[in-house]
Amino acid sequence: MLKYSFDWSIVTSGKYFEWLVSGLKVTLELSAVGIVCAFILGLIIAVLRMSHFRPVRWIATAYLEFFRNTPLLVQIFFWYFGSYKVLPAVVNDWLNSTNFEFAAAAIALTIYTSAFIAEDIRSGILSIPKEQMEAARSAGFSYLRSMQYIILPQAVRITVPPLVNQFLNLAKNSSLAMSIGVMELTYQARQVESYTFKGFEAFTAATVVYLALSVVITALMDLYNKKVLNPHRA
Amino acid sequence: MIKFEGVHKWFKKLHVLNGIDLHVKQGEVVVVCGPSGSGKSTLIRTINQLEPIQEGGLIVDGMDLRSKKTDINKLRAEVGFVFQQFNLYPHLSVIDNITLAPIKIRKSSKKEAQEQAMELLERVGLAVKRDAYPTQLSGGQQQRVAIARALAMKPRIMLFDEPTSALDPEMIGEVLSVMQDLASSGMTMVCVTHEMGFAREVSDRVVFMDHGVILEEAQPEEFFRNPQHDRAKQFLKQLLSPMH
Repeated sequence: MLKYSFDWSIVTSGKYFEWLVSGLKVTLELSAVGIVCAFILGLIIAVLRMSHFRPVRWIATAYLEFFRNTPLLVQIFFWYFGSYKVLPAVVNDWLNSTNFEFAAAAIALTIYTSAFIAEDIRSGILSIPKEQMEAARSAGFSYLRSMQYIILPQAVRITVPPLVNQFLNLAKNSSLAMSIGVMELTYQARQVESYTFKGFEAFTAATVVYLALSVVITALMDLYNKKVLNPHRA
Repeated sequence: MIKFEGVHKWFKKLHVLNGIDLHVKQGEVVVVCGPSGSGKSTLIRTINQLEPIQEGGLIVDGMDLRSKKTDINKLRAEVGFVFQQFNLYPHLSVIDNITLAPIKIRKSSKKEAQEQAMELLERVGLAVKRDAYPTQLSGGQQQRVAIARALAMKPRIMLFDEPTSALDPEMIGEVLSVMQDLASSGMTMVCVTHEMGFAREVSDRVVFMDHGVILEEAQPEEFFRNPQHDRAKQFLKQLLSPMH
């Protein structure tokens, strides 16, 4: 016989509900910062990876292989527990005056995800016919301007489906930030569980919220793809 | 305007341009023809350095292509290039295809660039398609937009690399008539084409190439009536009566 008595009210109202809401806010902030920064950084790494200058290509490749082949949790620990030991005191003081947990988690998530995004964008770039680059160059655009105005806008369109995956991964991976004390959704769900022993309700609530977050990201990207990127397609 | 002097180019071991000497004067319309693999496309692509050359001299609009000091992007802005496969930017509407380079490179205002683009679209007969996307156009329409796009930079030279070879027969005429119109406006043009009607009626000179060498260079009347070289005779015979 099941002895556990469910009490869903703790996660739908009152103090614990507020904890979860504040956790969701942090998760949203972390995901938003991570998605924007990882996308920009990923774009840059992808372009550097295709540079005609070999050392640049090597550095970009090393970056990519290094960060996508080490665990995200280790990277989070590195930025949080390791990085400040080698930074000058001035920087440390400044970091301590800010929300360093959040910053370390955001940096780790951004860098980790940017490596995957860079590979997705690179395969998008490679799928654009080389004649597009020729057309752009023969109009008088430099290599970088051709990338900016002609190649990347097309590559990003093709890259939208894999990008959605990376964005979803980033949003879900943000839960690892609890390990360094970022008070995001999973952290708060754990807190609720510790205070109430209502683990089933707390983590069910967290699960539902993550799911909703993923659905919203997917829907937004879908909308963006349809309305902004491909308005002329049915 | 364009001066080739002893130009050589190799693709790995393949000798694609073998000592080219050619001089195109301002306002001249030159048609380059020859069998496939003769190097004619490579020749035209060296003029805006889509293909670099390895030996010889090449001067285009006063700029020395062998000099490291030459700003290649500046040269390309002065030379319009029309491709066999059109190569419009598929993510941009017709008007944006045409205005992109004038706005970003010539620093024209958007309004100014759009007014000029509309004039060009009128000229190629596609003003109604200003907001269409390339995929919504026929091949002939795409090529006319591509010509308008190249003209929007107010180039001093126009290069055409088999502009009608990818088109259905009924669309060739509309593109050729735009080119003819352009030729009569005094544009310096180099066209790689198999359209012998165009060569005969519009061009000032026909250049016949094979195996990376210019075998014959003549006035169109002369070239068609009395080709000197055996390979040119054979080429013309095949082109004019492909059933034999």
